[in-house]
Amino acid sequence: MSFLALSSGPLLSNDVISFDIANLGRSFFQSTLDGLEWGAIYALVAVGYTLVYGVLRLINFAHSEVFMAGMFGQYAALMALGFTPNGNAYNEGPVMTILYLGIAMLAGMAVSCVVAVSLERVAYRPLRKRSAPPLVFLITAIGASFVLQEFVHFVLPNLTGQTLGGVNAQQPIKLVNREELFSVGDGSVSNLTLILVLSALVLTGITDIIVNRTKFGRGIRAVAQDPTTATLMGVSRERVIMLTFAIGGILAGAAALLYTLKIPNGIIFNGGFILGIKAFSAAVLGGIGNLRGALLGGLILGVAENWGQYIFGNNWKDVIAFALLVLVLMFRPTGILGEKLGRARA
Amino acid sequence: MSTPAAASGKPQARADQPKPAGGKEKIAIGDRFRLWWNSLSRPTQWAVGVPFIILLALLPVVRPPGISTVGTDFGGVMAQFGMIALIAIGLNVVVGQTGLLDLGYVGFYAVGAYTVGLLTSPDSPWNQTGDGGWLSAKWAWLAVLPIAVAITAISGLILGTPTLRLRGDYLAIVTLGFGEIVRLLADNLDTLTRGGQGLSQVAYPRLGESDTAMNGVFAAGYSNGGNINNGVWWFWLSLLLIVLVLLGVGNLERSRVGRSWVAIREDEDAAEIMGVPTFRFKLWAFVIGAGIGGLSGALYAGQVQFVVPTNFNVINSMLFLCAVVLGGQGNKLGVILGAFIVVYLPNYFLGRTEFLWWNINGNAIADYKYLFFGLALIVLMIFRPQGLIPVRQKLMTYGRQIWLAARGKRTKFDDNPAGSDKPGSTAAAEVSR
Repeated sequence: MSFLALSSGPLLSNDVISFDIANLGRSFFQSTLDGLEWGAIYALVAVGYTLVYGVLRLINFAHSEVFMAGMFGQYAALMALGFTPNGNAYNEGPVMTILYLGIAMLAGMAVSCVVAVSLERVAYRPLRKRSAPPLVFLITAIGASFVLQEFVHFVLPNLTGQTLGGVNAQQPIKLVNREELFSVGDGSVSNLTLILVLSALVLTGITDIIVNRTKFGRGIRAVAQDPTTATLMGVSRERVIMLTFAIGGILAGAAALLYTLKIPNGIIFNGGFILGIKAFSAAVLGGIGNLRGALLGGLILGVAENWGQYIFGNNWKDVIAFALLVLVLMFRPTGILGEKLGRARA
Repeated sequence: MSTPAAASGKPQARADQPKPAGGKEKIAIGDRFRLWWNSLSRPTQWAVGVPFIILLALLPVVRPPGISTVGTDFGGVMAQFGMIALIAIGLNVVVGQTGLLDLGYVGFYAVGAYTVGLLTSPDSPWNQTGDGGWLSAKWAWLAVLPIAVAITAISGLILGTPTLRLRGDYLAIVTLGFGEIVRLLADNLDTLTRGGQGLSQVAYPRLGESDTAMNGVFAAGYSNGGNINNGVWWFWLSLLLIVLVLLGVGNLERSRVGRSWVAIREDEDAAEIMGVPTFRFKLWAFVIGAGIGGLSGALYAGQVQFVVPTNFNVINSMLFLCAVVLGGQGNKLGVILGAFIVVYLPNYFLGRTEFLWWNINGNAIADYKYLFFGLALIVLMIFRPQGLIPVRQKLMTYGRQIWLAARGKRTKFDDNPAGSDKPGSTAAAEVSR
């Protein structure tokens, strides 16, 4: 009886999932630009996942905390430069703003890089020495993720006199206000859009050159292809692994600054978690172990989830991202571009 | 047609001492325990097991001062342990036995909990306990329990059918996505689930209703002055379910299904070539694991009488996986120990003013509980990567052992022969098809 009542019940009478494709049509360019901004951040974080996976076949789950450390790193650098968090945007003029942003980015990169490398040293290297099975690495990564989050959550505020870390998000230090530069269709290309997308393109481009054109890169590819042979050919495996973590950390630090430009009050101890999962999804989407795949996967994920957001509503953004991932993997099980790091040309 | 006693490992087959991965010749406690347990005959195992379970059941009644938790009710902690132990047994079927990395197991937990919530909470449009519903108020929870298990198993089937063709880390990330999707659906379909407000007044077993306990012994807040509060009752109920599930899973393990699972875990391609229908057995593992997860979810929904999406986020999946790996994947008793550690350790620190002889401000140490937990995970994984009570049911190792024994040589080998110098070489190398 009550099953029959379902048809007049709330499931079908109300809109459980609203579906408004016209809304996407109305703001197609805006949603695409938004998506590209997100995609730039995903791509930069995804590179860290993809490189480590390519070399070690390890999902570095603590990479989201490397990213989080970068956010706090750049924030601390800005505070050290004399900025006080007040929620308003500073107006320092273009030259000084770029200088400050550069310093903040370098600080973020440095902190993330240090965290990533020490993570490798403290947590992963002992496991490699003991030739632990892959799942153990994953659990260690989860443990490290807890430690880093809780460090920022509880220990950091005590060390810094309650100015950094803690339960709440940091008061934002805004250096750049979003200003429209020109418009494309219905979308406005702002200064932030340009900064985010260009930085992501340039940084992944540089990483691509390092991995594909330099001697270091050849070492990385060699180890990814065949660690034993690479070692026999005189490649120091440990050094390559350290370098891989360092590059991943540096890009995560850069992504951290870009993220805080986009979401100024997103600096919180667990702020990296979901973003990290999505970035990893982006890496898988593009084909994990594949640098260009990370960029492509990041941008596609960012754009697709923003389109979905305009069609289904704000709450459905994450659902779209994961559903897309599942769909792509069902039809292309190794991602859009396939796994490649090991198979790249010598 | 082997008897259980023969299949569970004869003492002489396990006489060779395993070498811990650290390279020491000493046998660790977990290994020694496993060797001892496997050397017992089936009736002896029962004779040891039953008193141990009774002792465990009495633990929250006696509440020994050093063991009992200070900052939170020990009965509640033990009830939580019971649920996580169930989850760990279910996840162990998927991860430990079959070797499928599932990072979204919390999704099944959520499906189970929400099935109970949706069918019995007055807040839900599908509520069946009120007027016109087909559930009586007294038996609602028990009636919904099998429905929850069935629906969760079906959700496992739905997730598994398209995704189990993926391998290794791809499967991991897809299941992670599934877990998040379930939580987000629960959050977003607010006409059904009331989103973040959650579903309250979920049904629970109405047992032992009396004048002093209006709503029975399972009701939230029942304590009756003594130590036997509702948490203890829930713990007892989950112990009962654990024993039942263990019997079922244990029998499966010793059957053709279990051997297929181990074969798939050790080498999926070889298993396929030898005629094991790998996809079907992987799906079975997934469905059974999901069903057990749903059972635990239903238990949880009944205990807290309230389901809300934030209880089902990804971190919980990680904790479940930690329980399995910490205890020793593939070993049913090991994962229960792992579940105990995962639940007990953070709660132990709540409200303590000192740890051993070490004076620490109680609130501070409670704050740091996950920090310590993370550190403990790292340290444990470094010093005991195979888990506290690991399994030693490696088929290839077995075969080698028999071969060497046949040639009259003493065997001595590593506990994880598969873990070569390339981490991830076992599972991940297969991905690039």
